[in-house]
Amino acid sequence: MAKKKTIRTIPQQRSPVREQDPRERVRNFAEVNCGFRVEDALNEAERCLLCPDPACVEGCPVSIDIPGFIRKLSAKDFRGAYDVITGTNLLPAICGRVCPQESQCEGVCPVGETLEPVAIGRLERFVGDTAIAERWTNIPYIEPSGFRIGIVGSGPAGMACAADMAKAGCDVTVYEAFHQAGGVLKYGIPDFRLPNAVIDAEIENLRKLGVKFECNTLVGRLFTIEQMIDEMGYDAVFVGTGAGCPTLLGIPGDFLNGVLSANELLTRCNLMLAREFPTYDTPVPFGRRVAVIGSGNTAMDAMRVCLRLGAEKVHCIYRRTKAESPARAEEIHHAEEEGIEFHWLTNPVEILDDGKGNVRGMRCIRMALGEPDESGRRRPVPVAASEFDFECDMIVFAIGTNANPIIGQTAKLKLNKRGYIETDANLATSMAGVFAGGDIVTGAATVIEAMGAGRKAARSMKAYLGIRDTGVDDLAGPNGSAGKLFGIDVRERNFARIRVA
Amino acid sequence: MTDVTANERSTFEIVAREDFSDVTYLLEIHHPLMARAARPGQFVIVMSHEHGERIPLTIADFDRQEGTVTLVIQAVGKTTREMQQTCQVGTKLYAVVGPMGDPSHTGGARKIVCVGGGLGVAPIFPQARAFKESGAYVIGVVGFRTKDLVFWEAKFRACCDEFIVCTDDGSAGIKGLITDGIKLAIAKHPDIGELVAIGPPVMMKACAEATRPHKIRTVVSLNPIMVDGTGMCGGCRVKVGGQVKFACVDGPDFDGHQVDFDDLMSRLRRFREEEKVALERWSASCRMKNPISPGPPESLPPAQAAPGLSTAQVPPDLASEPLVLPDPFEEVEGG
Repeated sequence: MAKKKTIRTIPQQRSPVREQDPRERVRNFAEVNCGFRVEDALNEAERCLLCPDPACVEGCPVSIDIPGFIRKLSAKDFRGAYDVITGTNLLPAICGRVCPQESQCEGVCPVGETLEPVAIGRLERFVGDTAIAERWTNIPYIEPSGFRIGIVGSGPAGMACAADMAKAGCDVTVYEAFHQAGGVLKYGIPDFRLPNAVIDAEIENLRKLGVKFECNTLVGRLFTIEQMIDEMGYDAVFVGTGAGCPTLLGIPGDFLNGVLSANELLTRCNLMLAREFPTYDTPVPFGRRVAVIGSGNTAMDAMRVCLRLGAEKVHCIYRRTKAESPARAEEIHHAEEEGIEFHWLTNPVEILDDGKGNVRGMRCIRMALGEPDESGRRRPVPVAASEFDFECDMIVFAIGTNANPIIGQTAKLKLNKRGYIETDANLATSMAGVFAGGDIVTGAATVIEAMGAGRKAARSMKAYLGIRDTGVDDLAGPNGSAGKLFGIDVRERNFARIRVA
Repeated sequence: MTDVTANERSTFEIVAREDFSDVTYLLEIHHPLMARAARPGQFVIVMSHEHGERIPLTIADFDRQEGTVTLVIQAVGKTTREMQQTCQVGTKLYAVVGPMGDPSHTGGARKIVCVGGGLGVAPIFPQARAFKESGAYVIGVVGFRTKDLVFWEAKFRACCDEFIVCTDDGSAGIKGLITDGIKLAIAKHPDIGELVAIGPPVMMKACAEATRPHKIRTVVSLNPIMVDGTGMCGGCRVKVGGQVKFACVDGPDFDGHQVDFDDLMSRLRRFREEEKVALERWSASCRMKNPISPGPPESLPPAQAAPGLSTAQVPPDLASEPLVLPDPFEEVEGG
């Protein structure tokens, strides 16, 4: 084995990643980050210290064996690297692009204490993209278990749960209300950040595992969760319907034409391809001077979409500062490069109309940071008499989302007071055989956290069904109530056995 | 592109079509699961082809035995005009999802008025039938411009205890607006418990005003612009009694006395310019395409197609007439 690497011997600089020129890319929807070339990836892999007790694995919500795949990469065994990643994460090309690595694996990388941390996300993406290009798939021999699993929602949580249950030999069907599978990955994240072709390739991998996708199916209304269990013969159901219901501004003028949610803008543009209007039939509102309220990833996506649709100027209005902004560092950086104007410590108070029902401008107020709130971030407070008017013709709000309501309206699942589904520590809901995870349980979070929840729910489902190939020990607390499902120790499995007989 | 859109349950095949006028047509779609689940007051979202837009259409009828769902569509914009040409028996829609929305509450009232105007005539039918089945005394009031546009009269008469047709020119039923029909019904029956109205916003607003002095509970079915229909885009937000509601998941039925109709009508004009562009471009492409096309599609039975569309000629209403834009007020429920 080669001499042990130290912080002094590794390449000091991160491998540069090719990006589309900002002036060029604001006029197209092609991907901004072009990814590593082989030599970039190999160079970056050299920067990993291959720590014996890797902090990055701890930092990853699904505990990918990061040094393991980087070691394979260094040895130019790309297929091996892919095998290591897909042992825990079936969707590396997606996660490599959209995970907030700086607050996960890369945030705890020891190299980052002195230099820039290893670009784990870009390496993961490199492996995922290579696999897609080479058409690799890892399909284990799967012995059918005879169980039928229904999954509601084809977003990241549902996809991850589907993959695990299919690998356990279950007959898995994923239901999606939209006409295309992928959930928020498809309707929410724009192509310049996550191309649809990548999502389709990853979904194709799930199909090869035997997962069936049924689009245009609105569970809750076409049939209910109860019917899935009682009439349709599903042994267990996973609900991963997400949190997409936009929080409204609630200020005067928010009903004017030209005020819309980021979700509406992004869905029209990404899923319905309104950016190709009129070749595609769906229209999208056009704004010359656009103000986007909020500073999360969705806000960044909305701003950059508006630029690409031809807006002359796009402004970001955020009541806190850049330091509190929840967006990925790379997204803010890209937005700045593309010419987005940021107005930190600014909050809208009223939207002004032109007398014809359209937006003319917005009245804002300056904010200052006060005491920390429950989220630990300093609470913004308005500065007295600091109102000012701001001219714009379109306003997009991206200030958060709430639970998608249809399952809550139609199933007798226990919800919390904000409409999210209540689960125990193992993601079992109040209904026997029904599990839930992702944003519909936690509220809006990240793609990888939803995938983590999907996998955790799959483990619980397998315990509930009595499938033996699972690590039941992974379930929370061996003795506490968390180790029990409906009061029965999960390891007894008797109640599940009865269902089979 | 990989096919991730296959639907194994229904292929959304059109099994019947009927043309009520040169702008109004009926499609029956084979979708047994939806026929079983559908309830009065619910709607579907349709995409006619892969490049299409998602349009909400209220379910006009459903047949649980036959496994079909009926939609009545008015050709007002690009998509609905295009569907008028392409949707023939045997063809398939790209996507149909639903039933969406909270079903209407068709129980409780002893004496009920069911009002349908324009395209609201079709979706009011299953409500009238459901009220009748629940034992109510049902008064149907429907409005058309003229006699030739009247449809489903027999169906309504079969489930209504009283049935009033209003036409603008008096060529059928009474001469007058739909509100005149409502006033007649109210004058005759002082004990009306509820009124349900479906139609263009301006008509529903007038209905709500007609019942307000009599304090008759009035339910209207709203038709704002929407994308997903599952509560995620917020495009369909409406003001009801000072509160914000999403028509797709909180409705589409709301208390007509509480709805801010002016706001609804303003928001329906959101894409007026884009609608114009789409329609002009499509009409132009029809002019380009049709003269060189060898003939009508095989599946187009002349007897069922709309007048002017059953020959290989350029559709006269598209080629020669100056482009008349639909008024969004006319773009009623299901349009």
